[in-house]
Amino acid sequence: MTRLAVDARRLLCPLPVIRLQDQVAQLRHGDQVIIIATDPGVKLDIPAWCRVHGHSASLLDETDGEIRFLVTVEAAPNPPKPT
Amino acid sequence: MTRKALALISGGLDSMLAARVVQEQGVQVEGVNFFTGFCVEGHTHAIRKQSQTRPKRNNALWVAEQLGIKLHIVDVVDEYKDVVLNPKHGYGANLNPCLDCKIFMVGKAVEKVRDWGFDFILTGEVVGQRPMSQRKQTMPVISKESGAEGLLLRPLSALNLPATKPELEGWVDRERLYGFSGRSRKPQIALARRLGIQEWAQPAGGCCFLTDANYTVKLQDLWASRQQRQYELDDILLLKVGRHIRPRPHFKLIVAREEGEGNYLNGYRRMYTYLDSVSHPGPMTLIDGQVDEDDLELAARIVARYSQGRNAGSVEVEVGRPGAPPLRLRVTPFGSEEIPREWML
Repeated sequence: MTRLAVDARRLLCPLPVIRLQDQVAQLRHGDQVIIIATDPGVKLDIPAWCRVHGHSASLLDETDGEIRFLVTVEAAPNPPKPT
Repeated sequence: MTRKALALISGGLDSMLAARVVQEQGVQVEGVNFFTGFCVEGHTHAIRKQSQTRPKRNNALWVAEQLGIKLHIVDVVDEYKDVVLNPKHGYGANLNPCLDCKIFMVGKAVEKVRDWGFDFILTGEVVGQRPMSQRKQTMPVISKESGAEGLLLRPLSALNLPATKPELEGWVDRERLYGFSGRSRKPQIALARRLGIQEWAQPAGGCCFLTDANYTVKLQDLWASRQQRQYELDDILLLKVGRHIRPRPHFKLIVAREEGEGNYLNGYRRMYTYLDSVSHPGPMTLIDGQVDEDDLELAARIVARYSQGRNAGSVEVEVGRPGAPPLRLRVTPFGSEEIPREWML
């Protein structure tokens, strides 16, 4: 299992989601990403992005305006590959 | 064989309906949303504290979740510059290159259709809905110049347009598509009700800052001051924040209007010269441009004017510059009539 970190501090949505999406696209089932962000919008957007793509997201903590999520890759990487 | 469509999802009602209409015909739909840096809703909302009563969400993602589809968000900031700077079809009322923008986005979708293995593209465009990009004459221009040709289906307005490949091949039933036209929203709202859609985003003030007259003034000022028509992402994000005051041609101030903006500007302290009132509460301020000592004193007097020390004899202002230790200036705040109106962008 691979665990990677994404630093999305100071980025406004949807950039944190894009950074996460681009990282997840390089990973396999079971791999994990810890993303740290400061835009409060990620509290809705990261779980929403994970739900629509079949991954799981859990809020680790929120301290001094910094929000950390643990994302576990549950499904095939995105974007879809040509058939 | 189940056909796959890639829907351009803006987060508004029309693209949501278009995707749902095609989903209802058994087509597998996924969404794509292009991030240009000029979107209104998300950023203003994220920055300004006073906007925090509404949920902070990305509307395109929210729509995708309501539809039960995947959404791919694509960063096109760099490629999009050419659309903004050199629009073949010109600008609308402000710096909005709406027709070139639509051609660009459909063109990007064509690339994704090819790379990701989709059969066709769908959009929520409606003939006559928008004065520049959604007219009967411009619909074929978008199809042709984007390279989509017959692969671009507009389910809400299909009956007003020639049949596309998905219709001709029987991938979708043309008789179950719609012939909406004009600016009225009533047909869309009625369709939403029929499809059981109860909620949708209604972005206040449009969806793109390039349609905003005040934003356009600030972008043109940026280009004029730098003597070149160029921008980076931070430039266009900062144009959304604060009061912009240009007391001299070679520099301007970005003065936070409230706490959320102050917090946001604080994140730029290592990149820009900043001013912060220390003797009295006041707004975080950045300077864009190169400044000398006289300029700094002038800037500090402006910052003092917007601090709670505006009526005091003097205000102490901290000045920080990238790579240098901060210094402090004690200045007399400008009076209420001393900041000329023409300095305000």
